[in-house]
Amino acid sequence: MSEITRADVAHLAGLARIQLSDQELDAMAAELPAILDHVAAVQEAVGDDVVPMSHPVPVDNVFRPDEVRPSLTAEQALSGAPESEEQRFLVPKILGED
Amino acid sequence: MSDLTRLSADEAAQKLGAGEVSSVELTQALLDRIEATDGAVHAFLHVDAEGALAAAREVDDQRSGGGATSYLAGVPIAVKDVLATIGQPTTCGSKILEGWMPPYDATVVQRLRAAGLPILGKTNMDEFAMGSSTEHSAYGPTSNPWDPTRIPGGSGGGSAAAVGAFQAPLAIGTDTGGSIRQPGAVTGTVGVKPTYGGVSRYGLVAMASSLDQAGPVTRTVLDAALLHEIMAGHDPMDSTSIDAPVPAVVSAARRADVKGLKIGVIRELGGDGFQAGVTARFDEAVQLLTDAGAEVVEVSLPSLVHGIAAYYLVMPSEASSNLARFDAMRYGLRVPPAGVTDPSAEQVMASTREAGFGDEVKRRIILGTYALSSGYYDAYYGSAQKVRTLIAQDFSAAFEQVDVLVSPTAPTTAWKLGEKLDDPLAMYLQDVATIPANLAGIPGLSLPIGLAPAADAASGAADSLPVGLQVLAPQQADDRLYNVGAALEKLLEDRWGGPLLAQAPALEGAAR
Repeated sequence: MSEITRADVAHLAGLARIQLSDQELDAMAAELPAILDHVAAVQEAVGDDVVPMSHPVPVDNVFRPDEVRPSLTAEQALSGAPESEEQRFLVPKILGED
Repeated sequence: MSDLTRLSADEAAQKLGAGEVSSVELTQALLDRIEATDGAVHAFLHVDAEGALAAAREVDDQRSGGGATSYLAGVPIAVKDVLATIGQPTTCGSKILEGWMPPYDATVVQRLRAAGLPILGKTNMDEFAMGSSTEHSAYGPTSNPWDPTRIPGGSGGGSAAAVGAFQAPLAIGTDTGGSIRQPGAVTGTVGVKPTYGGVSRYGLVAMASSLDQAGPVTRTVLDAALLHEIMAGHDPMDSTSIDAPVPAVVSAARRADVKGLKIGVIRELGGDGFQAGVTARFDEAVQLLTDAGAEVVEVSLPSLVHGIAAYYLVMPSEASSNLARFDAMRYGLRVPPAGVTDPSAEQVMASTREAGFGDEVKRRIILGTYALSSGYYDAYYGSAQKVRTLIAQDFSAAFEQVDVLVSPTAPTTAWKLGEKLDDPLAMYLQDVATIPANLAGIPGLSLPIGLAPAADAASGAADSLPVGLQVLAPQQADDRLYNVGAALEKLLEDRWGGPLLAQAPALEGAAR
């Protein structure tokens, strides 16, 4: 079985900014090894000579003319905001005290 | 008057054009049908009776003034709740977007409005399109119109069930690993995933950006082609949208002739793991195509056996990145952590995402975060991308020998609600036949090919659940899907004496 511990899951959840309850951590730590075992098969399926494919249609830089176009008003853009003030998104503190 | 809800979109368009029925009458008949049956089906998360009737009235006025905006003008449609709609909430089946009113329309929705299609409402789905059963919706599951104790497929179970239950002749779905085609197969409806880039993704809430594609959900192949033509085409708002003419899908659906066509049966998508009744219906359908003059050969695409493994790395990786946008800052839910005074933005994000995301979404975000994390990236995500190359190469080689490929759409008929909820891997394995098309970016169509006994039925049980056949074509050869699909549909309906859905049992609360 792939090794993924409860502590690993907690670490990944932290990276993904998801708080998980003890119960969720237990459940996820129990489920993930079977899934990882299955998907790990890709490692045996390919050699070094295969070019990775990130996208089904090869697209390079796509440009549009650099011109002013209609866009959302500030009011529309803020319409779904949990909190706003003076035409700005109002968010919890992003810097620590020290 | 005959039951307006039973009309195909093409039939309805003809009656509208001839002035035999108004769009308001048709829209009201469908709204009544939704009212009568959606307690049992739960296909809709939101019904917009007022908006739909206003749009219908506008089309009727235009028609009496001499000009309708399109052939399908006035034919109502349902839209999967993953596409942004002005004036209707867009939740993606998630609590994190409960009640969110988008300030803009998805390009697909804009095109529907421009073509004069009244939008009946938004259909149920697995949360952020993650699932194969619509049981992962935060707003409760949808039932299969053939048997309310069974799943309607997923993630677009709402769109398929709405069309299958005659609540709408047309619906929009989205397909990342089969979410249009598999619900089509298990509900006896038609579903098409166009070529990647054929339909704009602007305003489609992203799960996996390199795989997601919106497409038609209908009861007939011709209806799907008519809708495809409206949805598709280049959009400057989506940089991955293909800047080329839309394939001639409608004329292909009207041609419906497989004489001389080379059709490949995919060896790897059959046999072990496929329910006996599914295989039997598939073999009969292939025989019909042979009898109609197609040259049928078996072809091998050896890399397809790694499709699920590659998909369940690529998709969660892209999803974990895409869903980072749900950060409780700019829109959607914001849940401060309990018992923390003056919490930081990071703490608010983590507690909001805990409260707002369901189990399957959390599972895939964690899986994707793992696959992308330093030290594992090359082994997991990198290898999966290489498998993608091998699968695309297998398809290219196969399409040098044949015009289209066929397989069963799904390995089983609809299973019981709840049956696979505690075993995520078992649910993932259901996507075996649909995933390869998304990985390679090629188009696929599923159509009903008959009924088979449930997998859990006692031996000797009567045929009662729909089976689907999938047609695959090279990128931007979507027209071939419609030609083959329409030809097979005609051969089958001649045998059945009408559409398969005519055999569906009546729904609770509705006379049929």
